[in-house]
Amino acid sequence: MTRIGRCLMSALLLLGMLTIECQHVVAQSHSHSTKLTREEDTPRTTTEHRTLADTRTDWPTREKFLRVVSLRDYTTRWVLLGTVVLGTCAGMVGTFMLLRKRALVGDVVGHASLPGIAIAFIAMEAISPGSGKWLPGLLIGAFTSGVVGVICTVVIRRYTRIKEDATLAIVLSIFFGIGIALFTVIQNIPSGNQAGLNNFIYGAAYAIVETDVYVITGAAVVVLIICVGLFKEFSLLCFDEGYASAQGWPVTVLDIALMLLVVAVTVIGLQSVGLILVVALLIIPAAAARFWTDNLFQMTWISAMLGGLSSGTGVLASALFPSLPAGAVIVVLGSVVFLLSMFFGLRRGVVRRAYVHWRMRRRVGRQHVMRAFYEFIEIAVADTVTPTDLMKHEISFHQLLTMRSWSPKRLKLQLFIATLKRLVERLPSSRYRLTAKGAENAYHVVRNHRLWEMYLIQYADIAPTHVDRDADEIEHFLDPELIKELNSRLSQKYPQMEMPPSPHTLEQPLVSNS
Amino acid sequence: MLSKSPNDIVDEPGDLAEEPQVEDPIVDETAEHPSSSPLSIHDMTVAYHRTPVIWDIDYNAPRGKLVAIVGPNGAGKTTLIKAVLGLVPKASGRVQIYGKPYKKQRSRVGYVPQRESVDWDFPINALEVVMMGLYREIGWFKPISLFPRYREAALDALRRVGMADYARRQISQLSGGQQQRVFLARALVQDADLYLMDEPFAGVDAATERAIVDILRDLRTSGKTALVVHHDLQTVSEYFDHVMLLNMRLVAAGPTETTYTTENLRKTYGGKLAILDQVGHIMTIQRGEK
Repeated sequence: MTRIGRCLMSALLLLGMLTIECQHVVAQSHSHSTKLTREEDTPRTTTEHRTLADTRTDWPTREKFLRVVSLRDYTTRWVLLGTVVLGTCAGMVGTFMLLRKRALVGDVVGHASLPGIAIAFIAMEAISPGSGKWLPGLLIGAFTSGVVGVICTVVIRRYTRIKEDATLAIVLSIFFGIGIALFTVIQNIPSGNQAGLNNFIYGAAYAIVETDVYVITGAAVVVLIICVGLFKEFSLLCFDEGYASAQGWPVTVLDIALMLLVVAVTVIGLQSVGLILVVALLIIPAAAARFWTDNLFQMTWISAMLGGLSSGTGVLASALFPSLPAGAVIVVLGSVVFLLSMFFGLRRGVVRRAYVHWRMRRRVGRQHVMRAFYEFIEIAVADTVTPTDLMKHEISFHQLLTMRSWSPKRLKLQLFIATLKRLVERLPSSRYRLTAKGAENAYHVVRNHRLWEMYLIQYADIAPTHVDRDADEIEHFLDPELIKELNSRLSQKYPQMEMPPSPHTLEQPLVSNS
Repeated sequence: MLSKSPNDIVDEPGDLAEEPQVEDPIVDETAEHPSSSPLSIHDMTVAYHRTPVIWDIDYNAPRGKLVAIVGPNGAGKTTLIKAVLGLVPKASGRVQIYGKPYKKQRSRVGYVPQRESVDWDFPINALEVVMMGLYREIGWFKPISLFPRYREAALDALRRVGMADYARRQISQLSGGQQQRVFLARALVQDADLYLMDEPFAGVDAATERAIVDILRDLRTSGKTALVVHHDLQTVSEYFDHVMLLNMRLVAAGPTETTYTTENLRKTYGGKLAILDQVGHIMTIQRGEK
């Protein structure tokens, strides 16, 4: 509870900081051109305005590095703010898209927005020549055709028997084709104002100016409010659509709302990362966040942060290396974040999974050794085993080897580990003996095993002869709660909490050797 | 409207089409008046595309009883439940819950979908799944965290199904039976009067089966009604008071003792005699013991 509260607090804080930053910068600046082309938007410091636009490839000087990193550049500041807000937003919406298994819809929206941009440009040029690149107009065009694209996928899927993947591919390519065709038409319009429109395809973060940031931030705040407000509803929709519908939630409306969010994020991302790469902003942070947590709320925020982080660093990197396009750098950095999460993610990262698996195997192996000791001694004593019995008996390697079907190499390794853990000691006679700690451990291991066997026989109707193998497989995964329950269930039978006898005859070592 | 002539049916399995005994379904006459019945289905037909899946179902569920819905694969058991809940459109017919349309009685109906219907890898824990049963009550926009009492209610529901210790566990780390119990708890937390459960016993361990049976009996004791899709023919008479035999049409419905007969089963399952003979044999033995 408090965790969620804290998350909310930090989100609000972040938002607050962004707003303050925004106002701060606004206070410093005067009105600026809203034109997309970089040459025309002339910041006050003319020496710095090419930082993001330069096309030469050279390593940044120390001075330039400091200037970029400390955000002294006016342009860099705006571009950074715009892309970070965008990345954060995309990460958040992307979480739901990923969980709704609609990862590719973002791609469809991106590609489908191209004809809208072209048509909006043509229309605005027709109404008043020279105004074709008025950004809100272009974005409205992109939004509209993005929505049309999504509707097309839904309609095709519902009324034909074409499968989802094919539907997405069809809509995506048709819209992109139309868009490219229209762009070619635009190139031949004599107005000469069309330069910079291509930025929508591959993205051009440096073209972001102050007013664009207002649009992006405004849209982002709306997206954020909707995401937070409908968090519960979206999570239900993503997890169990049928149940949501049976409960009376308007599933279609929620689905449309989610789609609109995706379209909104895609459209405001067109400018900086371009319509081809914008899907990466939606999906990569969310997929990366999944490796860090099993909690949806946390996943949403981690995804938002990773999105903001990769966008921010991407923009800074492209400011340092002006020949690198920001959109591509953002995506590349996003993939780096993804790869790191995939390997080192604390919840489901590859490294952690391998570690857990390895540790479990080791534990299982150790328990087998301890049980082999106990059962060997039990047979030898032929009476109730006492702790002194456990610690007194010396067992040779070959005697242990006959207790289970394990290879000498494996047993040797297990014994070595057990010795390291001071559960077993190796005597000068090269025989083995349990230590006090080992005796206790062996007692508990065998007791759990026997309890589980009893449980399987009494409650799961497994024949006693089959029980050993089944118990073997599961006992290592018993959690303390279950052991407690087994104890209470079987306590009537064994009130003194003693070691229950084995329900099946223990195999004589020599017999199992054959 | 769909024409119900057999010529219109595209994928009708041959042996079913030739079934001769589609006369009047044997419905228990002692059922309560439809208006007070927890679930009354009148002349309901459901079709996917143009293929009818269930036809002309007329059924009044008895109050305070456990009803098993039994039928072969593809008999339309899941479809029946989904149609009642409005998840699939009805081609015709009317469904009433306690005398009113379902849309007005949602809070009185608890739904337990098939376990396979969701992705259990979803980043959510058992408690949060159970809370979903309360979302409707919480209402739009309000975050769950504002209402500790709902969390308590969800924990109570988990306790009832013996899963309180697993409240914080991510759902993919639960066994199949535990996942099923979480789903059951999500329906219980609603405190509904009528429960519709789709195969809650499918693929669960013995402990879960017992837990579910206990819960069902608890529900019956407190006067609630449960309709449960059940596939294990051997346990029907042990677990349920009433039975609804379904194979695209309602073959028979009524108290288990009188309705769950070899003959009715034969009608329901058609040509699959091998299974039937086995079950008939088992039932004869069970009856003999009684």
